[in-house]
Amino acid sequence: MSEHHHKETFVTKYIFSQDHKMISKQFLITGIFMGVIALFMSMLFRLQLAWPEKSFTIIEAFLGNHQTDGIMNPDIYLALVTIHGTIMVFFVLTAGLSGTFSNLLIPLQLGARDMASGFLNMISYWLFFLSSVIMVISLFVEAGPASAGWTIYPPLSALPQAIPGSGAGMTLWLVSMAIFIASSLIGALNYIVTVLNLRTKGMKMTRMPLTIWAFFVTAMIGVVSFPVLLSAALLLIFDRSFGTSFYLSDIFISGEVLHYQGGSPVLFEHLFWFLGHPEVYIVLLPALGITSEIISTNSRKPIFGYRAMVMSIIAIAFLSTIVWGHHMFISGMNPFLGSVFTFTTLLIAIPSAVKAFNYVTTLWKGNLQLNPAMLFSIGLVSTFVTGGLTGLVLGDSALDINIHDTYFVVAHFHLVMGVSAIFGMYAGIYHWFPKMYGRLMNKVLGYWHFWITIICAYGVFWPMHFIGLAGLPRRYYTNTNFPMFDDIANINVLITIFAIVGGVAQILFLANFFISIYRGEKSSQNPWNSNTLEWTTPVEHIHGNWPGKLPEVHRWPYDYSKRVDPNDDDSDYLHGKDFVPQTTPLLEGEDSS
Amino acid sequence: MLALFYIFIGVAIGVSFWQITRILNLRSSIANDEDNSKQGKYALLFLVFLYAMMIYCLIAMNIIMLPESASVEGEHDDILFDITFWLIGVVQFAMQFLIFYFTFKYRGNKNNKAKFYADSHKLEAIWTITPAVVLVVLIGYGLWQWNNVMDLSDEKDAIVIEVYSQQFRWDARYAGEDNMLGYGNVNFIKGINTMGVDMSDKNSQDDKQVTELYLPKGRKIHFKFRSQDVLHSAYMPHFRAQMNCVPGMVTEFGFTPKFTTEEMRLQSEVVDKSREINKIRKAKGEDPYEFDYLLLCNKICGASHYNMQMKITVVEQEEYDKWIAQQPTLSSVITQ
Repeated sequence: MSEHHHKETFVTKYIFSQDHKMISKQFLITGIFMGVIALFMSMLFRLQLAWPEKSFTIIEAFLGNHQTDGIMNPDIYLALVTIHGTIMVFFVLTAGLSGTFSNLLIPLQLGARDMASGFLNMISYWLFFLSSVIMVISLFVEAGPASAGWTIYPPLSALPQAIPGSGAGMTLWLVSMAIFIASSLIGALNYIVTVLNLRTKGMKMTRMPLTIWAFFVTAMIGVVSFPVLLSAALLLIFDRSFGTSFYLSDIFISGEVLHYQGGSPVLFEHLFWFLGHPEVYIVLLPALGITSEIISTNSRKPIFGYRAMVMSIIAIAFLSTIVWGHHMFISGMNPFLGSVFTFTTLLIAIPSAVKAFNYVTTLWKGNLQLNPAMLFSIGLVSTFVTGGLTGLVLGDSALDINIHDTYFVVAHFHLVMGVSAIFGMYAGIYHWFPKMYGRLMNKVLGYWHFWITIICAYGVFWPMHFIGLAGLPRRYYTNTNFPMFDDIANINVLITIFAIVGGVAQILFLANFFISIYRGEKSSQNPWNSNTLEWTTPVEHIHGNWPGKLPEVHRWPYDYSKRVDPNDDDSDYLHGKDFVPQTTPLLEGEDSS
Repeated sequence: MLALFYIFIGVAIGVSFWQITRILNLRSSIANDEDNSKQGKYALLFLVFLYAMMIYCLIAMNIIMLPESASVEGEHDDILFDITFWLIGVVQFAMQFLIFYFTFKYRGNKNNKAKFYADSHKLEAIWTITPAVVLVVLIGYGLWQWNNVMDLSDEKDAIVIEVYSQQFRWDARYAGEDNMLGYGNVNFIKGINTMGVDMSDKNSQDDKQVTELYLPKGRKIHFKFRSQDVLHSAYMPHFRAQMNCVPGMVTEFGFTPKFTTEEMRLQSEVVDKSREINKIRKAKGEDPYEFDYLLLCNKICGASHYNMQMKITVVEQEEYDKWIAQQPTLSSVITQ
């Protein structure tokens, strides 16, 4: 590889780059940009929820003709929650998280020169970029962007008569998502091929870091489920534009009967959630993989139960594809199906519990290096437990009847997949920033960022459970028309204050991130004393990752604090230090874990 | 409150800028023993904060929660919910303790060594089997209750009522003397026949269209839901009842009201909640609130989704009989 030094221009290096490290940075920056938009939207609609009748200059300034005297209109409220959800789930936590770290780490941690196809990898990013641009453009459509909720259930999403956002806004949404799905699929195929074929000598599947396992399995779920969403979106496009009736039937709106006959919205719900639920794990598994690596490294201990962790990832991935119906208990589908989906859904609790317990056991008797990345990983375990437990309530069909679509659900999924995945992403950024930019991020800002964020995350989402238990439906523009909800007005104010402080605090991260790119402390080759292969590459990026031959792997990645006498905690380190890189050959008689 | 909010923003931004400029000049990036010690202690403080907040919310927000189930079928929902809630509550408190206490206890130090502990099949077996056993109980009870609620097959005595949704209102149709609803379809919508009832169907003649639900206490109600435009969801939280209304199909749900509206107004949880609400309403100069059962829309359906409701009144059987007798039949209202 290093023989042919072809000359790089600015365009081939920074724009149409085929180098996985550059593509990873492109994914990250685009993801952060989209994340800022979506976060800002959430702060706007939190203002509306806390002070529904108050006028705000900021709303007047940003919402144009969608507000009256600084009070947002109901249509744009729905549009904001829709786009907030769409961007966060797909653009930030799928592309921004998976795209960034799969691209960065799969070749580096496996000892590969690059992805299997650098060209497809580049295409994958630019399709994502294109879909992001289209999604942002859709915000400026006159009638407003898509506003049928991020789940875009027809008929609401199919009929512009039903809501103005279902006109041009919805068209752009669908086009953007179709392109996004293409990007995701190309990326996922590339990841799978790379993991299966380009592992360096000695890197058996059972020696892969848990990050790679997570990315690999995530890519497989993506390949299985994203095409289904694509077909769902295509059929919806047909219904909207070509007069077919896949999802629509017997509709009377704006004084006339429409021609649609024989379709069913429930079909759409099935197709949507066949992606929609695995999507939760597409978002979460990479975060869990990143966390496994970071917790082990910073605990200076092997991850507890490596095999169980791998099995859990696979079990969660498998189960995730057969639980989609738990979003549809009360959709009108056969109650018997509800029973089946309750059963499979609650089964997911088992591998999830195994993972949580294994994380805690990894912390036990560790020598915890509390770097910001480590704190975010610990934060992930905390929010994953808090949010995961309420899944036992929601997954039980009998209980779901009464809390379905209330704020209890909003609190649950924000904690278990939103906050957890974002924490995983932050952890990954703090940890691998030196690998991306050759510099380290500032730790003091990192600490501030972490503590403010976790306090605000709990401040927002813990009280939100109780609003849901009071019976308050989600996606209400205001609840002032229901005197029975008057007593939660104060809680809404409290939540909004936490949300805004937490949102504004992300400036700490943004400043730290962008300034550290240029001014951060120069990183050494292996700043966290880690075992994995990416830390054997030079700090300055080079094509092909390793200057000479590819490294050879002799052991699993978690030999931290390995002792001369495995049963004696006071004995010396076997290799003289508390970490043993994967490239270190086994000593004679050394037990390979 | 608004002033407070602006102050918060101001403080947050001020602190950010001050910190950012100050801190970025400190070139420190990797945690040392001092950081570990500090952050470990913060983890302990955070644990205290988390416990305080969880407990505070559990106690202080108890009053805003829904009162006990007003339907017979919902009783087991409440029991199942209590069991689940206690269970996850205990696990939540225990796990959060372990996570943040370990962070504190094992905070790093140059002189410490981590324990090399890679695996224990015994431990893993314990935390695979324990959740599995607990889940069997929850799933078993849950499925039994789900079948209870969803099974509407042998309800000969049930009153059949159609709940009809459109942007942005609810209507209802009682099945009348024959307890059979006439066929309905959007093609029949015309003039005052707003629910699209086929008046050539003999079952339609004695149906009664109303804008508010009256239900007799102690009788099973068999609801059939329709929608004429987009998805809606008929959510009756006090009865632990909810079902989507889907254009093109009829969906069903059933329950038996347990308390009349009057009885519910005297129920202690409702009295407490109403008192709190009225304190707030009085301060704002609004009319006092009196408890009523409600049907809310709980599936995003358009601009006025947030204001799509119907009042439900539960009365004794005699009163219900009187009320239903007063309602005109469709055949007397709609002339073809």
